[in-house]
Amino acid sequence: MSEHDPKAYRRDCLKILLALLSVWFFASYGCAILFREWLDANLPTVGSAPFGFWMSQQGSIITFILLLIVYRLLMSRIDAKHGLVDEKHQNEN
Amino acid sequence: MSQDFWNFLFIGCSFAVYIIIAIRSRAASTREFYVAGQGVSPFANGMATAADWMSAATFISMAGTIAISGYDAGRFLMGWTGGYVLLTILMVPFLRKFGKATIPDFIGDRYYSDFARVVAVVCAIFICLTYIMGQMRGVGVVFSQLFGIEIWLGVIIGGAIVFLYAGLGGMKGITYTQVAQYCVMAFSYTLPAILIAMALTGNFIPQLGLISTTTDAAGNAVPFLQKLNNINTELGFSEYTAGKMSTLNMFCITAALMAGTAGLPHVIVRFFTVKDVRAVRTSCCWTLAFIGVIYLTAPAIGAFARVNLIEKLHNTSYTEAPYWFAEFEETGQMAWVDKNGDGKIQYFGPGKSEAGTSAAFAGKPKHQLDGENDKMRGTHGEYLFTNKVDPSNPNELYFGNDIMVMANPHMGGLPKWVIGLLMAGCIAAALSTAAGLLLVLSTSISHDLMKKIIRPTLTDREEIRWARIASFVSLIVAIYFGINPPSAFIAKTVAFAFGLAASSFFPTLLIGIFSKRIGNRAAMAGMITGIAFTLSYIIYFQFNIPYIGKGTPDQYLFGITPEGIGFVGMLINFAVTLGLGYLLPAPPEIIQKMVDRIHVPTGAGSASNH
Repeated sequence: MSEHDPKAYRRDCLKILLALLSVWFFASYGCAILFREWLDANLPTVGSAPFGFWMSQQGSIITFILLLIVYRLLMSRIDAKHGLVDEKHQNEN
Repeated sequence: MSQDFWNFLFIGCSFAVYIIIAIRSRAASTREFYVAGQGVSPFANGMATAADWMSAATFISMAGTIAISGYDAGRFLMGWTGGYVLLTILMVPFLRKFGKATIPDFIGDRYYSDFARVVAVVCAIFICLTYIMGQMRGVGVVFSQLFGIEIWLGVIIGGAIVFLYAGLGGMKGITYTQVAQYCVMAFSYTLPAILIAMALTGNFIPQLGLISTTTDAAGNAVPFLQKLNNINTELGFSEYTAGKMSTLNMFCITAALMAGTAGLPHVIVRFFTVKDVRAVRTSCCWTLAFIGVIYLTAPAIGAFARVNLIEKLHNTSYTEAPYWFAEFEETGQMAWVDKNGDGKIQYFGPGKSEAGTSAAFAGKPKHQLDGENDKMRGTHGEYLFTNKVDPSNPNELYFGNDIMVMANPHMGGLPKWVIGLLMAGCIAAALSTAAGLLLVLSTSISHDLMKKIIRPTLTDREEIRWARIASFVSLIVAIYFGINPPSAFIAKTVAFAFGLAASSFFPTLLIGIFSKRIGNRAAMAGMITGIAFTLSYIIYFQFNIPYIGKGTPDQYLFGITPEGIGFVGMLINFAVTLGLGYLLPAPPEIIQKMVDRIHVPTGAGSASNH
């Protein structure tokens, strides 16, 4: 396991953070608000719902849940990479 | 079996469960009272947070708001879930690592000043009070529905129960009670939706029902949303899937709600109850998944309720109207004025009137009473109201947003026990949120104000006593505003709490976590300007201030409504804090080290003992 390098760790964290936030912004503000009318008109409907409308009432929420799951996985991975994992039986108090 | 029987059965049983749990897990120390001893599992905390989060406003009036405003209601759906992405990625893992019990603790330590702590306490109290008003209103609506009493009496009864209940357990007690409450809520919210989806669209998953087909009057299959759009335009409303809010306003409100969610003290402290940083991340996933269950169902309920309501009431003569209509009239949540004298209920939107109005009459319905204080009835047997009829439009029907969820099972013709279950769910929603808010209110006063600033010599036992006194006083204030709400709908009242959280805590916490360069004075200046701007904007447009008067919609800044102004307040806070922060000296070495430390995810358990 590599020696803990705070700078490299924070750089990795920041990358994940920015990537996830861009998806977050695109799914909610992008698809469901800013480009909604264009998407409603030009994209195929989801079931019988216009795409932008569906994104605002269903799609964005589903995206958010997936984002958090991905965040948890990615963070666990880079924590392990930098050796920043609490030992299982470490005395907490 | 009568309706009352089922109501009391479900509510009685759920209450028994809550009280047993609350008694069994009563808090013995301040650490248990504030953060449940930090031993809650991520899964249980996820459920508890979801219950804490799903307020009476969400449970009772969100589907109603969606039914009324269609696409525009997406701002609530996205705002109140998307905020969890910000919360998870930007805030709680770091705050949990910091390891103290409250938000003012973090702000007071990070910005090394008691003044900062006081500002944070005042903000926390203000936000929680604004928020809890909506909860008390919600409790009132449920009880008035339940016992057929006036809303004000319902608010007082609800307040008494919340106090008894929240006084018992502290964080440890409410966490495990909230787990039970979440189960009641999720079950009672989704079950009616499933039954109605089957009846209306033949699809037993409500989310699929919403995007599938239904049959129109002639028996042909039409897309469900298409049918709803047609109904809306026929009656003079804008298309359900199109909405009419400006894009900028929609953007600002969604952003204010998201940032507000990430800055709400009672949500953040929930994540202080788990073991370590990894557990926080896991818990966030569970939380949003549990919240998603309800938020993904709400749009379906809203759309179904609207179709049902219009099909059951529009152009129906009063004498043939369904039984539940009279019940809602009795409590003043629905009302009908026969403008054209044809004895039929007509429901129209602004598109059918030259003046562009759609209110049946001015204000909220007030029953006309005769000499013996009985409610007077008109020629068709309908209740009469003292409100001044609005002659500029043909709409004859009034109903509050708040009742859509409650009326839905009645409208769908569901069995009585479903309605009883729903009542239990509504009460669970209001109680769980009110309890969480009361906890933050009382800890803000007992811990942050009394213990940390005024009397550091306070013992554990005295601190808990202060917490209980504080929760009693806050509840009295909340009850007063629950009876006289400053804004018409529950969801709106709550939206203000978010505006305030977005303009005060969110930017200050975010900068505190991610910047080592920003010192105390810059942060204070930012926080105060942010909240002062937001607050004065909201007050100016919501209340009639002596000598200044009340603002009108054409004075809105760029057409942004008070609900969305928290976003602008947030930008102002960021600008002031960052602008001043780089001019003023950097914080002391020890603070910079602290910021570095909270970014390291290990060792959160021991940090709490600092």
